[in-house]
Amino acid sequence: MSGALIEIETLSKSFDGGKSFAVRDASVTVRLGVFVALVGGSGSGKTTLLKSINRLIEPDSGEVRIEGESVDRAEAPALRRRIGYVFQDIGLFPHMSVAENIGITPQLLGWPQQEIAARTAELLDLVGLPQGYGPRFPAALSGGERQRVGVARAIAARPKIVLMDEPFGALDPITRDALGSAYRALHEKLGLTTIMVTHDVQEAVLLADEIVVMKSGRVLAQDIPRALLSEEAHPDVRALMAMPKRQADRIRAVIGEGEP
Amino acid sequence: MNERIAQAFGLLPNYLAQHVLLSAAALALGVALSLPLAVLASRYARIRWPILAAASLVQTIPGLALLALFYPLLLGLSTLTKALVGVGVPALGFLPSVSALTLYSMLPILRNGVAGLTGLPPAILEAADGVGMTPRQRLFRVEAPLAAPMVMAGVRTAAVWTIGAATLSTAVGQTSLGNFIFSGLQTENWIFVLFGCAAAAALALAADQLLGLVEAGAARRDLRRFGSGIAGLALGTAAALLPLFAGAAKTYAIGAKNFSEQFILSELISERLEREGVSVRHTDGLGSAVAFRALASGDIDCYVDYSGTLWTNVLERRDSPSREAMLAELTRELKERYGVTLLGALGFENAYALAMRADRAAALKARTIADLAREAPQLKLGSDLEFLSRPEWAALRVAYGLRFRVERSFNPTFMYRALEDGEVDVISAFSSDGRIAAQKLVVLADPKHAIPAYDAVILLAPQRANDAVLKRTLQPLIGAIPVERMREANLMVDRDTDKASPKDAARFLANTLHLPGS
Repeated sequence: MSGALIEIETLSKSFDGGKSFAVRDASVTVRLGVFVALVGGSGSGKTTLLKSINRLIEPDSGEVRIEGESVDRAEAPALRRRIGYVFQDIGLFPHMSVAENIGITPQLLGWPQQEIAARTAELLDLVGLPQGYGPRFPAALSGGERQRVGVARAIAARPKIVLMDEPFGALDPITRDALGSAYRALHEKLGLTTIMVTHDVQEAVLLADEIVVMKSGRVLAQDIPRALLSEEAHPDVRALMAMPKRQADRIRAVIGEGEP
Repeated sequence: MNERIAQAFGLLPNYLAQHVLLSAAALALGVALSLPLAVLASRYARIRWPILAAASLVQTIPGLALLALFYPLLLGLSTLTKALVGVGVPALGFLPSVSALTLYSMLPILRNGVAGLTGLPPAILEAADGVGMTPRQRLFRVEAPLAAPMVMAGVRTAAVWTIGAATLSTAVGQTSLGNFIFSGLQTENWIFVLFGCAAAAALALAADQLLGLVEAGAARRDLRRFGSGIAGLALGTAAALLPLFAGAAKTYAIGAKNFSEQFILSELISERLEREGVSVRHTDGLGSAVAFRALASGDIDCYVDYSGTLWTNVLERRDSPSREAMLAELTRELKERYGVTLLGALGFENAYALAMRADRAAALKARTIADLAREAPQLKLGSDLEFLSRPEWAALRVAYGLRFRVERSFNPTFMYRALEDGEVDVISAFSSDGRIAAQKLVVLADPKHAIPAYDAVILLAPQRANDAVLKRTLQPLIGAIPVERMREANLMVDRDTDKASPKDAARFLANTLHLPGS
């Protein structure tokens, strides 16, 4: 882990002309190679903050810099091709095959056809899908398989940064757990920098190196999970972060395992 | 009966080719205009309503009226372009037809296009942005293919509408399958009417099925279906258009207004021209005012009109000079003002006349229009579709103080029926009409000469003023047709049983008149 890759500085965004703010004066720094989780309740502004990084949402004020350069300096499509994005609703193109979906960003970047085919095959292996899935259409896949394709599509053009918006939210708990761990392994293997939005604190604690806690559009804290549980932390943060531990204690009590 | 079906099949290749050319051009234009408009309307909610409302408004105009509206519009445009660049645009035939049908085809494509584009899942659209597509790439790679099945469904609807409405283009001088229907209705040739309807319906069904194949292919990404649909459409269109390229010889366009006598005379003229080895195109069913303007602007080459009609409608004269004086002045004035050549009078008159059933006339002791005027407030008048708005009717009313209890307009064929059935008491008949003799009608005298002379005359378009073939072929017809022969020929076509086609009646005329060169 080294210097800052992504810097978000006093970013604000209002969707109603300034009556209320989805994000207010938010500042977050993400270092190269770090897995950051953005957590908070519904309406806390975490998705808005995430989308301002690749300009799916344009902020009213403040700035996002990647490697020291403002994201406004590039054309939005060019910026987005350099940043992987995994969508909450998966958002695979239903009229394109799995292989075409995965290869879309390389294709937009003008890679040669052969290289795209090789990369697609490599990615199917990487996300744990059989090669035979390439010519299939998204409608023929299960939810978990579809999100594996979604992840493969996000990293196809070898981005340094991957943004994920509730990527596993719609999946069943077992698939969700498997996919989360598989992605964390990919994050390590490919040396990615990942920012993941989730409302599930447990998932955040299990997958992320650092956690950013948001409430009502403001960033309450950014730190490693352990620090956020300490006595010095903001009471709201502590309350939120304590939840997985409380749940774990209750589960232990019910199943009666691991008791001293 | 069989002969008529055979005749219909003989005419089919040309009619079908013209119909396919017209519908395909209108549909292609409709698609080309509607798709960008649909994209704009889906992007900007503010212009969505006006665009869709305008397209719906067009749809509420009856097809025939929409076609007719393009005539004065293009005529005005033609005057403008003539003044600006020296070249006019044709106001009859293909151009007004294709313009009206294009407008007509747009609503279903627009509506489905907008619904298809605005109904796409937001997650898919965000994903398109997220993977780095430009707005243009998003439109062509994601939105267009996903909306394609919906758009194709709209194109199918438009195709069926366009092919159906194209039959109406006959009325503005564009040959189509509607020629069967219009001429069939005029001459009560129901075989022709049915044949025209069936052919148009079959064409619409075939186009619908092939477009359906394309639609299914697009929806299921089935290249074989998609390809065979496209191939079928292309082959079908090419095959239907073949007759258009076969006969590219010099073609004369012969015009005819919308009644039997006009059809017969146009056939008589065509047959003589065809014997000279030139090809002939029929532009049938023209309205009275439309016909002359079509000739003057060169859209048709030749047709038969009547001196009184030209006198009042074209020269806008209200006096009634003698027959000879009128002809002489018409010949001079039409040449001078419009470049139109009045070749000569055919020898018979087809004047407007008021006619009654003999028994009714006897009961009312009516021999002249002056006698009729006394009883008129208790009587019902049946007229053709033009008469009540013509200056002759105004002149009659002024001269005799005519006023009827009821005045109703009919298609000429049904007008005679209405008189026979006693539904009306008096009709606006034509003096050359065979039904006057057949139904034993009494033609009321016009002692005040309120109605001018109506000699049938041959007119040539400005560009045919010195056409040797046309003059040589038509000269023998001048002064050659007595009114009795014309009535006989008209009756052959108009009678209720054992009807002849206008072509047969024309042949009968040619044979009985012993014309030179026949």
